[in-house]
Amino acid sequence: MNKEIVIKTNKLTKKFGNFIAANELTFEVYKGEIFGFLGANGAGKTTAMKMLIGISKPSFGDAKIAGFDVYKQTEQIKRNIGYMSQKFSLYEDLTVKENVRLFGGIYGLSDKEIESKSEELINKLGMQQEADKLVASLPLGWKQKLSFSIAIFHSPKIVFLDEPTGGVDPVTRRQFWDMIYEAAHNGITVFVTTHYMDEAEYCDRVSIMVDGVIKALDSPKNLKSENNAKSMDEVFLILARGAKRGE
Amino acid sequence: MKQLLTFIRKEFHHILRDTRTMMVLLGLPIVQLLIFGFAITNETRNSNIAILDNAKDEVTQKIISRMESSRYFDIDRSLTSNQQIESAFKTGKIKLAVVFQQNFQNELAHANKAQIQLIADATDPNQATTLVNYASSIIMDYQSELNQQNNLPYTINTEMRMLYNPELKGAYSSVPGVMGMILLLISTMMTSISIVREKEMGTMEILLVSPMKPMLVILSKAIPYFIVSLVNIATILLLSVFVLGMPIQGSIFLLIAVTILYLLCALSLGLLISTVTNSQLAAMLISLLGLLLPVVMLSGYAFPIANMPLPLQVISNIVPAKWYIIMVKSVMIKGMGFAGIWKESLIIIGMTFFFLFISVKRFKVRL
Amino acid sequence: MRTLKFLLRKEFLQIFRNKLILRMIFIMPVLQLIILPFAANYEMKNILLSIVDRDHSEYSRKLINKFTSSGYFKLTNLSSSYADALNVIEEDKADLIIDIPQNFEKDLLRDSQSKIMISANAINGQTAGLAVSYSNTIIREFNNEIRTEWIQQPRLNSQPVIEITSSNWFNPRMNYKYFIVPGVLALLVTLVGFILTSLNIVKEKETGTIEQLNVSPIKKYQFILGKLIPFWILGMVVLIIGFAVSFVIYGIFPQGSFLIGFSFAGIYLIAILGFGLLTSTFAETQQQAMFIAYFFMMIFVLLGGLFAPIENMPDWAKYLTYINPVSYLIEVMRMIVLKGSGFADLAKHFGIITMFAVVLNVLAILNYKKTT
Repeated sequence: MNKEIVIKTNKLTKKFGNFIAANELTFEVYKGEIFGFLGANGAGKTTAMKMLIGISKPSFGDAKIAGFDVYKQTEQIKRNIGYMSQKFSLYEDLTVKENVRLFGGIYGLSDKEIESKSEELINKLGMQQEADKLVASLPLGWKQKLSFSIAIFHSPKIVFLDEPTGGVDPVTRRQFWDMIYEAAHNGITVFVTTHYMDEAEYCDRVSIMVDGVIKALDSPKNLKSENNAKSMDEVFLILARGAKRGE
Repeated sequence: MKQLLTFIRKEFHHILRDTRTMMVLLGLPIVQLLIFGFAITNETRNSNIAILDNAKDEVTQKIISRMESSRYFDIDRSLTSNQQIESAFKTGKIKLAVVFQQNFQNELAHANKAQIQLIADATDPNQATTLVNYASSIIMDYQSELNQQNNLPYTINTEMRMLYNPELKGAYSSVPGVMGMILLLISTMMTSISIVREKEMGTMEILLVSPMKPMLVILSKAIPYFIVSLVNIATILLLSVFVLGMPIQGSIFLLIAVTILYLLCALSLGLLISTVTNSQLAAMLISLLGLLLPVVMLSGYAFPIANMPLPLQVISNIVPAKWYIIMVKSVMIKGMGFAGIWKESLIIIGMTFFFLFISVKRFKVRL
Repeated sequence: MRTLKFLLRKEFLQIFRNKLILRMIFIMPVLQLIILPFAANYEMKNILLSIVDRDHSEYSRKLINKFTSSGYFKLTNLSSSYADALNVIEEDKADLIIDIPQNFEKDLLRDSQSKIMISANAINGQTAGLAVSYSNTIIREFNNEIRTEWIQQPRLNSQPVIEITSSNWFNPRMNYKYFIVPGVLALLVTLVGFILTSLNIVKEKETGTIEQLNVSPIKKYQFILGKLIPFWILGMVVLIIGFAVSFVIYGIFPQGSFLIGFSFAGIYLIAILGFGLLTSTFAETQQQAMFIAYFFMMIFVLLGGLFAPIENMPDWAKYLTYINPVSYLIEVMRMIVLKGSGFADLAKHFGIITMFAVVLNVLAILNYKKTT
């Protein structure tokens, strides 16, 4: 099968002073796959992701996102990706609908598109009752699902999710992953960081980052057999044993 | 007690780590005191005045050169006709026009009478009065020299004594006011904002569910700022005395004591603001938009309270800075002891307790 | 353009949703505009006077009478000794002591000479100077009256007299409010605009919402315009209300063109908001932004020329006022309201303030970084 590459990095590195947050990351992500970006807290996942989405300049190394260069073409990159931050970052003092309309507008959707798609979105999330309520009043799980829906509202090529299910109950997490599958099914590449190892099992391929370096990159199945482990949890413990950073 | 210390330490770390804020907090009062201490003065000097000399004779030249040599005026001689005066005023280039009549010297010599017209730009009435006064006195001095040969009978001489400030230094009236303003505004802002910040970020709840009494939590937030303010007091006092030339006629300990009292009042006002608002923007609006102009205008700093209409004189009583400024002047310049300022001290203490009382009440209601 | 429309809608929704803030930015300025200008009065009408009359003669009583009926002085205290009078000054119950010595009348008539001592509380040198010069005038007049009383034939035209006439233009009744109200309004609008903008962007940084915008393809200038326009409209509304209040309460109506004043204020507001936005892009936390805002506001306000005339400042402070946008607004407001200055008189001011507006906003756009 001829796989189309949508993310390609070469020795991508970010330094803060003497501290190397992300060290020579080299990997590829293919179209339509769910790529898990794993690591303990402080391993450098978020730093790496911020370079990929064009809001943080790499110290050196190269990367191309959807064919665009992370140094020179950040604005083109932004047109082609969606992003959901670790910290909830929709406007709490706007209603659900107002948030949807705002981001739809920013990504250049027409009024008609916004109208029909936002209705669809709200129905899918089952938020008919809450559509005109302030986002601040929603429970966390709903906020997360809304964030994700808004991140893919403009049908980006790639969506970046930074610990999307942090602090959310298992049922909501399950629902959330259903949404991720659906997006991938529709051809959106999903790049997701997490430190829940059970979630890693849902990914097509995962990379495991330890102290700023990618220690392993393969499908969960291969990783388990290579390391003689029963679960991804075990794989992670074996690889992360020597970690110096994090909690 | 141990918990309190831990909290205070946490708060201190928080302040110290943010070097930008720290720099602003400590550097700001210094810069402001120096700028305002030196720049803000009501002493008139080098005001631009225009001369329209329709005579151009010896006497008018003499008078003009006297005006020129006074430190009050800078002379603009470009006017050639009456019509130009108005446009010169309109561009704001000059504040006063001095118009000499034609044949000035002749008239003075033969008719014993000659005319000078002073036209002031009275958009700032105060400034206008002052300039007219200065110009007139230069002219009158010249005239009395002309008349010197005649010794007038029945003369009442006056002897003037400028009490407390014989050199008429501007700093004597401006520095106490600036001190009162800077300390009040900065301390109020610091406390109100640091508390509201925790509310806005949602971290207040974490602190409040801790086993500490809520009031102690709040207190622990105020104490580090109190200490920062003590540093500010020290720099402000040192600068006023050694750089701006303020005296300390009275007891320095009394001065420090009343300043600390005032500081506590400002901190509790900040506390009060923090209990009635829940966003930093709101706290900022109250403590800057709400306080700045009233403090400048009603504390006696910019305008004498005695000249205000009665209702405003009454309102001025609720401005803490008013009382502090009185105390500072009394202790620093007049050299008075506690006996002279106990009333003002009591008022400040009363205000402090009032602010604290309301804050505690509002705080309980919330929980 | 479409993106801007969405950003504007968002900003307005947020502004109108926060009723507390909305109320504050309208009510506080209006209240202050109604109350504060009454405080601004340098006119010395009630100089508190303490008199030590040790002569108790007809002349000393006449002199005291002259003082109390002059309209400038309010006799608060008659002391028997100078020391007592000094105490009264110390307690701030008097500003000025007139000390009439024993044998004042006798000396004057017998020796043709007499002396009065004037002591002023000179902590505020300027008011002291004025008080002393008023007293001198009164004493001189009194002196002249005595002379005309004793010198039977005034020697007409014996000495040359320079006659000084003075007139006060633009504000002949010397109404202080005409001077102070436009200035206070200028400061209030500045405070509102600057506080709102300086905290705005940094708040988005603190809450993280800015990240969602940074990963989107919006342009920097769109973002800054999206902030500038709503607050500009808000500021202009505050300004219009302020003009209305000035007219209703103080009867102040611009002599010059209303339109010119308004356009100037409009450009000025763009400059100030740009400065606020620049502050906001520079700061990391709202707390930092606030202290920066506080610092500049104090300087803008106190060096704006409203409370202390700029001409009186030392040169270095004058240079500071050249880069203080507030001083231009206060000056222009005054020129238009009181002098009826037209566009030709104000061209320079317009040029400078436009430059401020452009530079500050361009800086804000440049300093807003979508990338770290």
